[in-house]
Amino acid sequence: MLLDWLYVAVFAVVGIIMAALPLAVVWLLAPRADYPQKRLTYESGVVPFGQAWAQFNIRYYLFALIFVLFEVEVIYLFPWAVVFREFINRQLGGFVFVEALLFIVILGMGLIYAWRKGALEWV
Amino acid sequence: MGELAAFIILAIVTLLPAVVVVTSRNLVRAAMSLIPSFLGVTGLFVLLQAEFVAGIQILIYAGAIAVLILFVIMLTQGGTGTALRQVNEQQLVGGLVAGALTIALLGLLLRTPWPLVAGTLPRSNVAAVGGAFLTNFILAFEISSLVLLVSLVGALVIARREQ
Repeated sequence: MLLDWLYVAVFAVVGIIMAALPLAVVWLLAPRADYPQKRLTYESGVVPFGQAWAQFNIRYYLFALIFVLFEVEVIYLFPWAVVFREFINRQLGGFVFVEALLFIVILGMGLIYAWRKGALEWV
Repeated sequence: MGELAAFIILAIVTLLPAVVVVTSRNLVRAAMSLIPSFLGVTGLFVLLQAEFVAGIQILIYAGAIAVLILFVIMLTQGGTGTALRQVNEQQLVGGLVAGALTIALLGLLLRTPWPLVAGTLPRSNVAAVGGAFLTNFILAFEISSLVLLVSLVGALVIARREQ
């Protein structure tokens, strides 16, 4: 069982090598020349202005937060979906269905609240 | 043997970025270093054969929590673009507290009689969690949705007041 995860380890190691190898080859082979244009964000492109580390709009945070909440909801529902059939076989399907429905309705109220408050709109 | 080697590698993967998190002068780098640390913890969960928790660890912590922390840093006025000293003048007191905590935890670790009988693993991690949710822990399952609802409404109220 645990040995199956050896595949994942192999993939991780190969992935790291695949990412590191081009960088290492460039570091070994490429000629080095430094001039100001080379350090621009977009070479031969629009000259950037201001700092990349600006203060972000709070809306991004709201979207991220709503995303996190519904991601957590989906994760809660995943084990429920896995055992649903088993509970149907035990004649408990309706009870378990109502349980999940209650869960979704409570969170759905949150979605409606966010919607009504205009948090889903990009003004 | 292989398990021990995997544990040591994963412990290093977890701890090295964690050191960067508490020492880096660049806040964004510190936040980004959380991600490899979380991934190392994921590996530790896999070693414990808790695959469901490992999946959650990747989705919630490495994915969502890290993104939220980065957003919080980028939202704050003084947070971005400034070098930051992560130590203050209380190094002596802090060291004493950390040392005392280490001794307390070590004492606890050595005195606790750890059970040596191997437990039996459920056939499917996810099914076991789901079954527990819907039978013994049904109240916790439903309350968690309420907690999520409250956090959503609270975040909306705070964020909208800012605008």
